[in-house]
Amino acid sequence: MSSTDASTEQDASPATDAARDEIVARFAAHLGDGLLESHVVPDVDIWLRVSRESWREAAEFAKNGLGFAYFSFLGGIDWMPSPFGREMDSQIDITLGNDEASKIDQTIEQGIAGGETRFQVFARVNDIVNGLGITLKVDLADDDLSVDSWVSVYPGANWHEREAWEMYGFSFNDHPGLRALYLPSDFEGHPLRKDYPLLARRMKPWPGIVDVEQMPGEGDDEDGASSD
Amino acid sequence: MRMERAVTEAALSNRAQLSYIAAQAADARVNVELETEGMTLNIGPQHPATHGTLRIIAKLDGEQVVAVDPVMGYMHRGYEKLAEVRTYPQVTTLINRIDWVGSFANEVPFILAAERLMEVEAPPRAQWIRTILFEMSRIANITLFLGDMGLQVGAVTPAFFAFRDREHVLNLIEAVTGGRFHPNFDRIGGLKDDLPAGWITETRRVMKKMRQYCDEIETLVEGNEIFQARTRGIGVIPAHIGLSYGLSGANIRGSGVDWDVRRDSPCGMVHNETDWKVWTHPDGDSFARFWVRLQETRESTRIIDQLIDNIPSGPIMAKVPRIIKVPAGEAYVETENPLGVMGYYVISKGELVPYRVKIRSASFNNISITPWLLKGVYVPDIITILGSLYFILGDIDR
Repeated sequence: MSSTDASTEQDASPATDAARDEIVARFAAHLGDGLLESHVVPDVDIWLRVSRESWREAAEFAKNGLGFAYFSFLGGIDWMPSPFGREMDSQIDITLGNDEASKIDQTIEQGIAGGETRFQVFARVNDIVNGLGITLKVDLADDDLSVDSWVSVYPGANWHEREAWEMYGFSFNDHPGLRALYLPSDFEGHPLRKDYPLLARRMKPWPGIVDVEQMPGEGDDEDGASSD
Repeated sequence: MRMERAVTEAALSNRAQLSYIAAQAADARVNVELETEGMTLNIGPQHPATHGTLRIIAKLDGEQVVAVDPVMGYMHRGYEKLAEVRTYPQVTTLINRIDWVGSFANEVPFILAAERLMEVEAPPRAQWIRTILFEMSRIANITLFLGDMGLQVGAVTPAFFAFRDREHVLNLIEAVTGGRFHPNFDRIGGLKDDLPAGWITETRRVMKKMRQYCDEIETLVEGNEIFQARTRGIGVIPAHIGLSYGLSGANIRGSGVDWDVRRDSPCGMVHNETDWKVWTHPDGDSFARFWVRLQETRESTRIIDQLIDNIPSGPIMAKVPRIIKVPAGEAYVETENPLGVMGYYVISKGELVPYRVKIRSASFNNISITPWLLKGVYVPDIITILGSLYFILGDIDR
């Protein structure tokens, strides 16, 4: 999972991918400092992280300059591990500040192509002629969760940005109408953030593995103590 | 035959032009704000044409639509959040329920993404059976569409035919997986079980039957004059618009875009071991989408016929630890599902549960074009256009 910079080609693996490296090089040439980090897995995928200022520029270049005309999806990532723990059977109501919470490691560690902030927006576009796809990522500053909208470039980003807006609380500049998409319009909170509890679990804790009720005639009532 | 085709195309472009002019007029009316009183029509959430609980708020001017606003979320189940507390094998249970008429196909891209992160590959036999079941869920899914499309224009019989013949395919899926709707059969590294005895003979028989069904639909629906009048030249999507909205599957192939993930970027499945064809139609209208799906169903039966003849022998499971921990990393895998391209972006931090699963479902993108597409159409065409875009509510709401 080590991210390599576009300019350094010291990757030990012998496999190189001319087509994908070329795309990264052209992005680097076009965006300059706007391209922060890139990662290529030969014959599999490309990841690029761009600066917040060049987020829309990157989309325009991908669509018009490189032929990535197909818009696949856009979403958000919250890199802060959940304070509630993510184990299957965590029934305890862990809240920030008590002993249980301090045991949970909350260091933020970003994934492929790195990152500096807790929240990232990521999107994917495809070049259907050559069968290539790119995942683009952008960091959102913690005090200003906004980024330029892609709707003017890819109209299909409209609903995806509305979803990211309600689920993460990101805002997209110049979006034609950031309204609730899935949730009721008076919903409070941003459910996909990691510090938003999974409420269904809170209301009714996961029972764990429960013994299925015995079939009639299977096992006698006298020695039922063993089942406990 | 050639002549006939040329004639219909000329007529078509006239109609396409007319609908464009109508759309422009509708736009102008909104901008100028003439004092004609508009009307707001609520279609859904409980409407038979919306296949579930999609609500469409249409602003009308006479019989013409000025603007539509689709409202969804009536069935949002929050799978992206739930997947963050479920172990990898448990996630397949959830994603079975995204597109519930072709459920097996939902599991495949997620399993493939997990396999890519774990660097395991399913043995050949598992890949072949996976492909067969994948195509079967396509048939089970699209059969419903073919019957339903007749229903949208008032023909009831095709819908009964669809349910009658879909049953055979569901029986086959049930025989292998134990589940008709939610198989939950795909595993990281292979499949849960092998094929039951006698299944291949039965499959061959059923595939023949499904081709007969396609012929029936062709004669009943496709050639029907009313059907043609209601779908030809209606709801035209130009290719570049479709691409920028992220349309996929038959919706984009109906606009003449020759793109199929099964052929162009195959992953973990063996479609390319067989001799098959990607069908496209240049018109981009409701009829084209119907026609492409009809051909695709037939093509799927041919793919299955070729695959069951040469299933390799061997194990159906790769060596995978009993407790699955997926190494840290990120992977995105997409496959050509019945409704279009479906992909899962899986972020793992090396634990039992995924850190984040982004579900890219086909219908969500396919329906996001409706505000653009339905502008300027007439009210009855809303139903046929929505029908031809073919969405499953679970695939929109996730």
